[in-house]
Amino acid sequence: MTRKQRRLSFIGAAGGVLAVAVGLVLYALTGQIVFFYTPSDIAAHPIAPGTRVRLGGLVEDGSVQHGDNGRVAFSVTDTQHQTKVTYTGLLPDLFREGQGVVAEGVYDANGMVTADNVLAKHDEKYMPPEVAAALKKQGVWEGDKQTAEKTP
Amino acid sequence: MDLSFAEIGHYSLVLALALSLLQSFVPLWGAHRLDGRLMSVGPVVAVVNFGYVALAFAALVAVHVTSDFSVANVYENSNSQIPLLFKITGVWGNHEGSILLWILILALFGALVALFSSNLPDTLRARVLSVQGWIGTAFLLFLLLTSNPFARLNPAPMEGQDLNPVLQDIGLAIHPPMLYLGYVGFSIAFSFAIAALIDGRIDAAWARWVRPWTLLAWLFLTLGIAMGSYWAYYELGWGGFWFWDPVENASFMPWLAGTALLHSAVVMEKRGALKIWTILLAILTFSLSLLGTFIVRSGVLTSVHAFASDPTRGVFILAILTAFIGGALVLFAWRAPGLKQGGIFAPISREGALVFNNLFLIAATATVLVGTLYPLALDTLTSRKISVGSPFYQLTFAPLMVPLLLAVPFGPMLAWKRGDLKGAAQRLAVAMVLSVIAVVLALFLSGAKGVLAPLAVGLGIWLIAGSVVDLTERARLFRGSLSTSFARLTGLPRSAFGSALGHAGLGLTVLGITFVSSWQIEAITSVKPGQSIPLGHYQLTYVETTNGRGPNFRAEVSRFQVTGDNGRSFTMAPSKRFFSARQSATTESALKTIWLSQIYLSLGDRSDDGSLVVRAYYKPLVTLIWLGGVVMAIGGVISLSDRRLRVGAPRKARARKPAAEPVST
Repeated sequence: MTRKQRRLSFIGAAGGVLAVAVGLVLYALTGQIVFFYTPSDIAAHPIAPGTRVRLGGLVEDGSVQHGDNGRVAFSVTDTQHQTKVTYTGLLPDLFREGQGVVAEGVYDANGMVTADNVLAKHDEKYMPPEVAAALKKQGVWEGDKQTAEKTP
Repeated sequence: MDLSFAEIGHYSLVLALALSLLQSFVPLWGAHRLDGRLMSVGPVVAVVNFGYVALAFAALVAVHVTSDFSVANVYENSNSQIPLLFKITGVWGNHEGSILLWILILALFGALVALFSSNLPDTLRARVLSVQGWIGTAFLLFLLLTSNPFARLNPAPMEGQDLNPVLQDIGLAIHPPMLYLGYVGFSIAFSFAIAALIDGRIDAAWARWVRPWTLLAWLFLTLGIAMGSYWAYYELGWGGFWFWDPVENASFMPWLAGTALLHSAVVMEKRGALKIWTILLAILTFSLSLLGTFIVRSGVLTSVHAFASDPTRGVFILAILTAFIGGALVLFAWRAPGLKQGGIFAPISREGALVFNNLFLIAATATVLVGTLYPLALDTLTSRKISVGSPFYQLTFAPLMVPLLLAVPFGPMLAWKRGDLKGAAQRLAVAMVLSVIAVVLALFLSGAKGVLAPLAVGLGIWLIAGSVVDLTERARLFRGSLSTSFARLTGLPRSAFGSALGHAGLGLTVLGITFVSSWQIEAITSVKPGQSIPLGHYQLTYVETTNGRGPNFRAEVSRFQVTGDNGRSFTMAPSKRFFSARQSATTESALKTIWLSQIYLSLGDRSDDGSLVVRAYYKPLVTLIWLGGVVMAIGGVISLSDRRLRVGAPRKARARKPAAEPVST
């Protein structure tokens, strides 16, 4: 092999691997990403049942019902609309009624989300960013007030 | 306020900034003018600079330990009631302190280069120290202008707000310093690359100087990531060890690129080839470290790692990022074509194998980069919010890893320049047979439910067996008397053991991940006292919940009696902690290690009728995931102790082989 052929074969190999990587990324980006919705988004644009969603909002007051074996049902609200969520597992330590939450799971034909992951605030400073943005959009954001209270 | 540590610290930082500016330009100017006196300023300033940064850091530790709540940083992140350990680790458990730790480690590496590089050509050394000075200046400016850790509060509050309970763990003492030693350690490779580009010349000796520093950074990053993963595993209570969270990816990308750099530097040192590529990798690796700092510290993401979100900080880090990455790449585009290429090799050769490694590692890094940045870009451009989770990486990252891992054992078997693939395969026959046996065994034992997991087991065994074969082949075991083989083995360079351990550690991690992902047993249920949960070969009986107290928290401890089928019995006690200062709670999961496997027990809510929601896992071979990382790091340490790579003792090395120190001034 001449030096030129050698170089071409390396460039070809590199191009091949990169092409495979790009192909994999594009394929995965079309099928494996999860969109974020608020209950109002769902009300405005119906989602196909079976779609994976991240649902964000506040846990509606009085909506949390504990079932057997760690089953929980609650509603997520953005004060305009509500979406019901069922979940089996341990809720985060800071999961509370009236607090921000993100539930990730499958949207079903009954308009409910079967969550396999529920995220709440990490601590009093943390609000899932999508929820904060969605609540700001709805005009019910109180985060700035909270931080103002904390300042000595 | 008679001692005023805070003012001492603040003043030290300002002095360190002045020294960094000096370090940024004087040695560089000296190198340009070939003025030995100006160049000799570099090492002195680098060491003194480290002294002042260390003093500032000590001052911050002092205000934290003495609980001086007149300092905002202490008020917001500490409390008089927390144990001393968390008062100290709380120093970097916040934005300002963690940036100071970043700068401390940068200054430490700068001082180490100054002290252990007297065998470097003077101009290269001067330029390396100047580039370190630029980085130091940028981050000190960032700290002083946007994130002063010594800012005062007036009037001083009586009590602090407490450290985030999630961070009140021994993990905070280990994870960030290790990770930063890795992140920031790659700045040395970056500085060497920039210095070489300015110098306009580069040779194999350059790789020999850069390799130990890269190895050092890499091994700390490996440990830092492994520690972070274990911490998330036991602290977050989800039982997961890796979430493909952007913050995790931020540390994983420099690791992948750094691993590639480690391998390409070998080619450059041994064969003088891949020079330009190695320079580019050094730039990319540190760029990814900077990107990681940006992702984690700028507040573009909200997570437990993002301590505060102040837009000016984000913009400032973005400016640093753009200046350094952009500047470095422009310099590269301008100067790299002028560097002399060297060393030709056939595609099937050790060099070819290492190019293969680089190609796949960089492609994998690129997929992680896309998965990390795409949601951010989409949010910024269209304000559409998406999340990219593990399914994305299973489809992109994993397929790229498979050919790479399959190829790993072949690399060390191939000769430099022109290798013999068939011969390598023959020598690896034992490893192949073992892997096939492992696949069949795993398939049989798991009830033939799927083929992917057994194949992955085979891959792990292939990596481990391949490493063993690598060593036995070098020792020519079974091809002579046992004593000559042993003599050969002990006579091998330590870097041979280092690379074998590195690859074997990778195999262990692959095995751990496969076993946990495929064969863990999970039970989520609610129990009342006296009731049992069956979990594989174990029965977990809920005994009672009692109240306890910690220094700054109240705890509800639930005791479980665990009985194995083999009659073994022990107690596990997961708990919930309530921190009054922050009105927050954490779940402390309980772990019981049985050989390499673990039982993992985490708690949910307790309802009024006394029943408790429990999540229990049996995690087979889970500890291998992190043990593999530790083995990789041990491999790094052994390689580092290799005479040929030793960082220190330059004088001795020069005396031993005078011809091996080309002077390129």
